[in-house]
Amino acid sequence: MLDRRQWLKTFGVLALTSLDAARQVGAATRGRTYTQPFANGERVLVKYPGKRPLIRLTARPPQLETPFAVFDESLITPNDAFFVRYHLSDVPLSIDPARYRVAVQGRVKAPLSLSLADLKSNFERSEIVAVNQCSGNSRGFFDPRVAGGQLGNGAMANARWTGVRLKDVLAKAGILDGARQVTFNGLDRPAIDATPDFVKTLDIDHALDGEVMIAYAMNGRDLPFLNGYPVRLVVPGFYGTYWVKHLSEITVINDAFDGFWMSKAYRIPDNACACVAPGTKPAATVPINRLNVRSFVTNLRDGQKVKARTTIVRGIAFDGGSGIKEVLVSTDAKRTWTPAKLGPDHGKYAFRPWTIALRFARGGHEIAVRAVNARGQTQPDVPSWNPAGYMRNVVETLRVVAK
Amino acid sequence: MKRIASLCALYAMLCWMSAWAAPVTIELPPEPEQNLRVGEGQAVTANNCQSCHSLDYIETQPMRKGAPFWDAEVKKMIQVFGAPISEADAKQIAAYLAQTY
Repeated sequence: MLDRRQWLKTFGVLALTSLDAARQVGAATRGRTYTQPFANGERVLVKYPGKRPLIRLTARPPQLETPFAVFDESLITPNDAFFVRYHLSDVPLSIDPARYRVAVQGRVKAPLSLSLADLKSNFERSEIVAVNQCSGNSRGFFDPRVAGGQLGNGAMANARWTGVRLKDVLAKAGILDGARQVTFNGLDRPAIDATPDFVKTLDIDHALDGEVMIAYAMNGRDLPFLNGYPVRLVVPGFYGTYWVKHLSEITVINDAFDGFWMSKAYRIPDNACACVAPGTKPAATVPINRLNVRSFVTNLRDGQKVKARTTIVRGIAFDGGSGIKEVLVSTDAKRTWTPAKLGPDHGKYAFRPWTIALRFARGGHEIAVRAVNARGQTQPDVPSWNPAGYMRNVVETLRVVAK
Repeated sequence: MKRIASLCALYAMLCWMSAWAAPVTIELPPEPEQNLRVGEGQAVTANNCQSCHSLDYIETQPMRKGAPFWDAEVKKMIQVFGAPISEADAKQIAAYLAQTY
């Protein structure tokens, strides 16, 4: 785990030179309000149980976004800053860990009802650092704007997950022949019965890949209540929509699940860019799946004033699990790109830190950052568009003024 | 000595058990009092919409998206999420939202 102290140690004096810059980033989140850099982006910072003040998008059900400066605070997103996203209004508010059970049912030889103690003592412990990013992270930047949660860039987080492999749990139950998918349900319920319950599905091969986990701890502590206490699904490399919170039912089925949250919602255009011409509808769609490549500067914000000298710029990059191969930075309107220095590798699903020393002459500068993953995939110069506002991953640019 | 040790062990076990047996309960901050923008249909919109979700779901949407956007949203709430909104109310709500937001 790379906390601020280790981060400073790793990057040494270099990081110190930009501490004043980091302080300025922090200033954006002080006080009780937070303004997203898009129209109608005024928000209030509110403290929820187990959380520091976070950007409230909605109250019922709660949707809270992480202030962006947090991503410069530590590579691992602190539990109290991890974003919160519910879909349905009847969220659990009281859970008895001693009575909590996860049902494993459907097309299995022996259905299971697992207590937390069962999970913790009867299965091999598994651990992974992985990014959980909301499908609609950055939706507020879409142009033309689209309906849905108007998020800035803070519906993402990088955490160390501890739990058990789904594969081991399914093996214990014994999967019957013909199993095609596994469905996942949690304790959150709709406000009215007519609303489809939030149920998500993985194909059987994916469920058995040994990476999908039932996690009971985040960053070495119990899951924060609002992040799915006491157990949630962790699907490394996949968007947060699959990471079912307060996981209570795992059902093996031998057909393709057609529930609303798989067959109608969380669909992306069925093409390589998951995009269509702005304002148009896709001809065919598929369920959203792997994260695309993204990278951000974390220690400078758009419009910031910096000293006219060499400044260490740092940030993060991540993708859906092939791993970050390089991060490139441009200060000449994306004409030439210079590789940044990659920091410690916490695994192919984790935030990858990077730094670069940039010399700023007096005047305005535009900094662009672009990551490339191990498969050679990168970020587009022009934003990709789709009607649901998913998967934004345009090359991020920010302007600074050097004095 | 042995007795003290076993008492200590028992005490530790009881603490552990009570910590384990208690439900974990949270209390969410109160829902902020929200008023939709003034306009014809404000009350019927607030009443219907907030029976399932807070009104910030409306307030935070992009502005001036017009009738097609809000017609689609109201239709989605009824057809997809099963909101029990009458046809007359639905028309009023969509018109209010398109005009006011």
